[in-house]
Amino acid sequence: MKSPIHNAAAIAGIGQTAYTKKSGVSELALATEAVRKAIDDAGLKPSEVDGLVTYTMDSSDEVEVARAVGIGDMTFWSKVNYGGGAAVGLVAHAAMAVATGMAKNVVVYRALNGRSGQRMGQGVSGQIISSDLIHWSWYMPFGLLTPASWIALQAKLYMHKYGATVEHLAHVAITQRMHAQNNPNAAMRGKPMTMDDYMNARMICEPLRLFDCCQEDDGGCALLVTSAERAKDMKQKPAVIRGVTQASFEGQEQMTSFYRDDLAWLPEMELAGKIVYEQSGLGPKDIDAACLYDAFTPEVLMQLEAYGFCGRGEAKDFVTDKSLTLGGALPNNTHGGLLSEAYLHGVNNLAEGVRLIRGTSCNQPDGVEHVLVTSGVGVPTGAVIFGQA
Amino acid sequence: MNENEKKAFEAQLKSFIGRPIGPAMTGRDPVNEPMIRQWCDAMGETNPAHLDAAKAKGTVHGEIKAPPTMLQAWVMEGWAMHEGYDEPKNEQHRLHKFLADHGYTGVLGTNTEENYTRYLRLGEKVTAETVIAEISDEKATGRGIGYFITTRTKFWNEQGEELGSMSFRVLRYKPPAEAAAAAGGSQGKDAKGAAVAAKPTRIKPPMGQDNGWWWEKVAKENVLPIQRCADCGKLRHPPRPMCDACGSQKFDSIAASGRGKVHTFTVIHYPQFPGYDYPIVSIIVDLEEGERMASTLVECKPEAVQIGMPVELLIHQDEDGFKIPFFRPAKRG
Repeated sequence: MKSPIHNAAAIAGIGQTAYTKKSGVSELALATEAVRKAIDDAGLKPSEVDGLVTYTMDSSDEVEVARAVGIGDMTFWSKVNYGGGAAVGLVAHAAMAVATGMAKNVVVYRALNGRSGQRMGQGVSGQIISSDLIHWSWYMPFGLLTPASWIALQAKLYMHKYGATVEHLAHVAITQRMHAQNNPNAAMRGKPMTMDDYMNARMICEPLRLFDCCQEDDGGCALLVTSAERAKDMKQKPAVIRGVTQASFEGQEQMTSFYRDDLAWLPEMELAGKIVYEQSGLGPKDIDAACLYDAFTPEVLMQLEAYGFCGRGEAKDFVTDKSLTLGGALPNNTHGGLLSEAYLHGVNNLAEGVRLIRGTSCNQPDGVEHVLVTSGVGVPTGAVIFGQA
Repeated sequence: MNENEKKAFEAQLKSFIGRPIGPAMTGRDPVNEPMIRQWCDAMGETNPAHLDAAKAKGTVHGEIKAPPTMLQAWVMEGWAMHEGYDEPKNEQHRLHKFLADHGYTGVLGTNTEENYTRYLRLGEKVTAETVIAEISDEKATGRGIGYFITTRTKFWNEQGEELGSMSFRVLRYKPPAEAAAAAGGSQGKDAKGAAVAAKPTRIKPPMGQDNGWWWEKVAKENVLPIQRCADCGKLRHPPRPMCDACGSQKFDSIAASGRGKVHTFTVIHYPQFPGYDYPIVSIIVDLEEGERMASTLVECKPEAVQIGMPVELLIHQDEDGFKIPFFRPAKRG
């Protein structure tokens, strides 16, 4: 049965700053620029926006953004937890708000000085975490301090179980780097990568080499969410939300769900897929392109299986078949993704999902009807399917 | 330093960014054969293009050219430059003195990058100007906490023609003994009463109500505890305040047998944090009792670890007395 959220809301505007290694401005400045551009892109005035949603990890509070941008009265705001797992959750919250009339036009945003400020790859420590400090205490003393180390444990088992190799991981990295060469906003534009470049990069946490890990960047990215009805009269071709959900699975931890039966599987992603396919009445065969969250390359392989694009353990064959690029079965992260466009915590992947529906991607496949975009891997996550109006 | 003092310190530190270290400096001597010969001798360079006028004539250069990597040598001040650090004579000296005065007494050249525009001709006069280009945020390094300072130097000749450029990075750091003294003298003393540098240690688990008891048992009883529901007996790890089977908040614990198998692993190479020995063989262990835990595998080469290999408990003690349950390959039999 189709859900009440099916076709109720749409993305009507996208905005982004330059993605750099040193913005030289505050995170609030990046947030306001991205938000303002999303509003302009939709052809609205700031005063027409009445809701804002961002990450719990974001440093720019809603009212600070509202005051700076000139957004007036607000009736809805919220923050979504769990790092990159929040990305689709932002859209889910905003879609619920506009679908129920809690707000008319909601901007979702994420802005960070992720390279020049607090860097994700520097790992956790006693200083930067608070409420989940005890959770991290089971890992920090053992030196399991970085996202790469947590994901590597899962990747190792996945590759052991199914015979996937580093060459399969390399396919993901190299394909997305190739996509980034056509993207003027990609941090990795002008830096194409060969298999040798990939293999010669330093080892981070086995089996992850440097280019299996996404970048760290400064920048902001925002989307304007409104009702599907209002979106029709706005400036841009809308990307209608066919289905959207957050998903946390039994035994879920933040990055360390090591205690479930099968570590070579992403049950929260399978759950997210099941829900968005049900909400939309669609299936993997209906998805023409995707932006699968790609903080680390093995995550893409595992999601191809969780969302049903191939069977369990078959992603290694799927990726070597040029399936992830233009003309393939599932063009993925056509902008370069977190690996090669920028690490905007997944909101930039949502923006690419919208461009794919509009037909304006820098690597636009033909005849895109539906696009799947997912949130962070290893954390409570989410998925959304965008479709044509 | 308290928070405000630290802010003021960092603001003053960052104010050095962008400053030329002083006026442009011209080398004492023009590019000349004796210096080239000396330099080539010292470096083991035997290419006749730099040493033998007759042979150089036959090369594409047609005359003797200075080795490109000599670029900086033409403007170096010699020993005199070292005299500036106590009584600063230029901005670079002032920056280093400022850091040293605040306890960042260690200095380590980390890397340099040089670009050569063209070969230098005999008789050219080389001039260089150096700017303090970057000062990093405070970084924790293996040597201690500190700041990376990058200077950029441009080289040109008397006609203003560009000859090349160079960037040079140094780490100015607090050696651990100074860091400990600054933090209130927490360093130990050796037998003669001299201060001993406090070695960085692993990040300790913050002790809360839900986990502190576990670490205390490790420390006092030398066991690996597994939390057990006091009502239904279900085991759970990592510890949590409620049993997800029966809802009871009462618990006790058992001591694990210490036998287990590697469920999965990674070898951590980078980034490297002070207080840990790298590479770390990091494992998820299937304990014999059915629970799983994250730990470290020791006494095992990284290339020898395998999924499924039997391991056994080892309560490791750090130099500072902290105890932590590690594993090692199980002994045969």
